[in-house]
Amino acid sequence: MNPVTKEELIDFIYAEARLLDEGHYDDWLALWLPDGHYWMPLDYKQSDPHLVTSLLYEDMFMLKLRVERLNGARTFSQKPKSRCHHVIQRPFVDEMDHEAGRYVTNTSMHYVETRLDDQFLLALTATHELKRVEGQLRIANKRVDLLNSDAAFGNIQLLP
Amino acid sequence: MSERHHPLSAEDIDAMIEGHQVHRDVYTSQRVFDLEMRHLFANTWVFVGHDSQTPNKGDYYTTQIGNQPVIQVRHSDGEIKVLHNRCPHKGTKIAIDREGNTGKFFRCPYHAWSFKTNGCLLAIPLKKGYEGTGLENTDNAKGMKPVGAVKNYRGFIFARLAEDGISFEDFFLDSLSSIDNMVDRSPAGRLEVAGPPLRYMHKCNWKMLVENQTDTCHPMVAHESSAGTAVKIWEELGNPEPRPPAMQIIAPFMSPYEFFENMGIRTWPNGHGHTGVHHSIHSDYSAIPGYFEAMCDAYGEDRAKAILDENRHNTIYFPSIMVKGPIQQLRNFIPLGPDKTLVESYIYRLVDAPDQLLARTAMYNRMINAPTSIVGHDDLEMYERAQEGLMSDGLEWVNLQRLYPVDGEDFSEEAVENGTTERQMRNQFDAWRKFMTATMRHSALGTPEAAE
Repeated sequence: MNPVTKEELIDFIYAEARLLDEGHYDDWLALWLPDGHYWMPLDYKQSDPHLVTSLLYEDMFMLKLRVERLNGARTFSQKPKSRCHHVIQRPFVDEMDHEAGRYVTNTSMHYVETRLDDQFLLALTATHELKRVEGQLRIANKRVDLLNSDAAFGNIQLLP
Repeated sequence: MSERHHPLSAEDIDAMIEGHQVHRDVYTSQRVFDLEMRHLFANTWVFVGHDSQTPNKGDYYTTQIGNQPVIQVRHSDGEIKVLHNRCPHKGTKIAIDREGNTGKFFRCPYHAWSFKTNGCLLAIPLKKGYEGTGLENTDNAKGMKPVGAVKNYRGFIFARLAEDGISFEDFFLDSLSSIDNMVDRSPAGRLEVAGPPLRYMHKCNWKMLVENQTDTCHPMVAHESSAGTAVKIWEELGNPEPRPPAMQIIAPFMSPYEFFENMGIRTWPNGHGHTGVHHSIHSDYSAIPGYFEAMCDAYGEDRAKAILDENRHNTIYFPSIMVKGPIQQLRNFIPLGPDKTLVESYIYRLVDAPDQLLARTAMYNRMINAPTSIVGHDDLEMYERAQEGLMSDGLEWVNLQRLYPVDGEDFSEEAVENGTTERQMRNQFDAWRKFMTATMRHSALGTPEAAE
């Protein structure tokens, strides 16, 4: 098998954002490895996801629940539905460990979410830990640091 | 009762509260909100912070009591002081960051007036410029003004802005048993704040949030999309045990009405009360290894069991906080306007208890009370729809009639009732009227004070 190229890693990050923007959540969930966590810290440069509060620290059960809920008939906060939009800067590839099949990228982006007459913008940095399993790149863990993670927010309903 | 041009009187306030209903102005009127800030939040004991947020001399933390910016600071004698966050000179806020250490004194960044950490004026540069001006006879020369009264109750700092008024003990009475139970859950009898709070902005009136804390008829309806879907996914996975954390924490919201009816609601005078008298959605969390043993070592087995058998759900400390004893969480509903409320959700570590308890508490906080929470989303949706719906002139009254006794009710005695009663909401409005109008009816001069 050929080693993963930098371009493949970068394409993966772009493709993931597109799945979220277009609402293909089942395909998005399928990118994940089963013991992965989506972490969004509450504090700037937070190092511990467990013993202080985070905005999100979700296992696959929670992510599946989050995604399924979006389509429920009685999901009142999604009547009408929110839409989102990621604008990505070219990812940095920070680690490439071909032997272990492990890769780390760092991506700055602007995230826009809208519902009814409200729209808001978040600036963030996403850190992806990717692994190649059976030839496919998968998300082992994802960390999303909002630039203003300690600000007071209204509802953030989709996935930055 | 619509917005009129004369100042609102105590009688106008009285007329907004009937036994079983309240006028929508209590949620929507800017004039009512202004009176709440001036009277209700001045006359009551309002939560400020926890003393572990300012553990060392000179440590400070900034917050608000109602709309009043204040600083909680550890003075050189070790005591916690609460000062108005305003330079007595030009009004500049003395501290802007949420927390820090100021050393032995505060120094205003505008003209370098400086103050001891109890607020007393320390020095003014080029002071000879004030010689013979009479500055020393002004309030400005006294320094940063402390609030009327401060109480540190087992680490929780409360303040009364007004110089005179009801004492801490007479205000809270036996409701302090919920804080006691939360603190007693530490084998050391002590809590420490764990990290910064979630900060969640709500475009609704602060009282809607407070009322929702004891509203036991909404979880299975408003939260069906999260709790109901959690149960569905778990069943699809073949009911795996141990249950995923989301199942332990979110699924109990789908409990049937009967569960909440039997849970019970207790009310205390002055607007305080709690759900979960007999059991609660926090009753069936899995045991954490080593915790019960540590509690028995600290308290003896009987006392340890008694502490842990309390499963109080939400305790309201009127006017503006909710405490969850079994999971060491405190939510502070900070009013910013008639239709704007900042909710800060804090968690605390039980000193000398296993870390897994704190991990569960942190999980609860983010799963239920974060701006990213699938449970919080539906709550906020309901509040904001209510705030917008109340602008309808189709009906001007909000109903609080569930299990209302037509002969009226007495809030001056503690009572335990069916867990779905709206008595606690009525209890809050009884206290609201009392502490709103106390200083409207009786000013310091003995004559009615103009409300605006």
